Amino acid sequence: MAEPAVTNTGQPTALITGLRGIAADWSSDQRAFKNVSWGKAMMWIFLLSDTFIFSCFLLSYMTARMSTTVPWPNPGEVFALNLGGRHIPLILIAIMTFILISSSGTMAMAVNFGYRRDRIRTAALMLATAAFGATFVGMQAFEWTKLIMEGVRPWGNPWGAAQFGSSFFMITGFHGTHVTIGVIFLIAIARKVLRGDFDVERRGFFTSRKGYYEIVEITGLYWHFVDLVWVFIFAFFYLW
Amino acid sequence: MTEAAVHVEGTELQARVHEALASPATHAKGQQHPIKLYLVVWGWLFVLSTCSYLVDYFGIQGNLRWSLIVLFMVLKAGLIVAVFMHMAWERLALAYAILLPPVLVLVFVTIMVLESDYTLFTRLLFFAPT
Repeated sequence: MAEPAVTNTGQPTALITGLRGIAADWSSDQRAFKNVSWGKAMMWIFLLSDTFIFSCFLLSYMTARMSTTVPWPNPGEVFALNLGGRHIPLILIAIMTFILISSSGTMAMAVNFGYRRDRIRTAALMLATAAFGATFVGMQAFEWTKLIMEGVRPWGNPWGAAQFGSSFFMITGFHGTHVTIGVIFLIAIARKVLRGDFDVERRGFFTSRKGYYEIVEITGLYWHFVDLVWVFIFAFFYLW
Repeated sequence: MTEAAVHVEGTELQARVHEALASPATHAKGQQHPIKLYLVVWGWLFVLSTCSYLVDYFGIQGNLRWSLIVLFMVLKAGLIVAVFMHMAWERLALAYAILLPPVLVLVFVTIMVLESDYTLFTRLLFFAPT
């Protein structure tokens, strides 16, 4: 059978930029995301859906807080710690914020070294990121323990509106779960990097697909998203 | 040039374009930025976090408090998405597809603000301690 003749398909050799580029990409009757691999596009779409989940949590918290007639507990006081004989408001949350931001920094550098095919540095930075993440989860466990000991429950607390406990456990619990999954994800990918899977394009045991260093960037997208969500939780739940 | 030759050339070009678009390995060369850029952004995130913590530490209240908190929050989120997540270097087709939908959540926020105002109003009206 003869090969079908390929005529001009209208595929531009150089991609158009700007607003016209959006129209051209989306109306091309092909893939809409021209220079992004399917793995990265799917991670972004997953993160978009996750954004909606966290938006719903923060919205329900806003609605509960705005509609209650009972005063809301002051988060600055609830999350205060006594350090070295001094009473510092919100200090634990501030430290957790700095730890998470540091983990985002090491992750960004891991992505960079990944694309330079620097196996050792990439894996080391990813493991550092995972260690920061584990520290964050540990501090969150400490915070939960402290609050539960003080009598905070999903149905009530000693300081004010009963919805405080349910909002707190729901939002920080879901975020902590994301961090935990991220730590596992990071360790799994760091192991593959260290083993050199992406240099020899070894096939994954589950997907049977070749791996590329791009997976480091995709893992990074997830990790930065976890940090991003914390930015919003920190502003709306702890500082408001 | 004969028609057949044009076809062959066209096929080759197509194959090359397709390869360039589809292979992550080729694309991988794209997101390479100097380490210094990440360190600068990292530093700014620290500064902005410190600022938002100081808002609480000095006990600033009222409109100034929430406008400062939202300002620092938006700046931090913007830096993370644009630089750490490389959105600044992606094609606009992806950026708009991902960044526009969350903005529409603001409509939902408006609805829930109106709803909770109404709920608070009815609670004050019917459950007020007399």
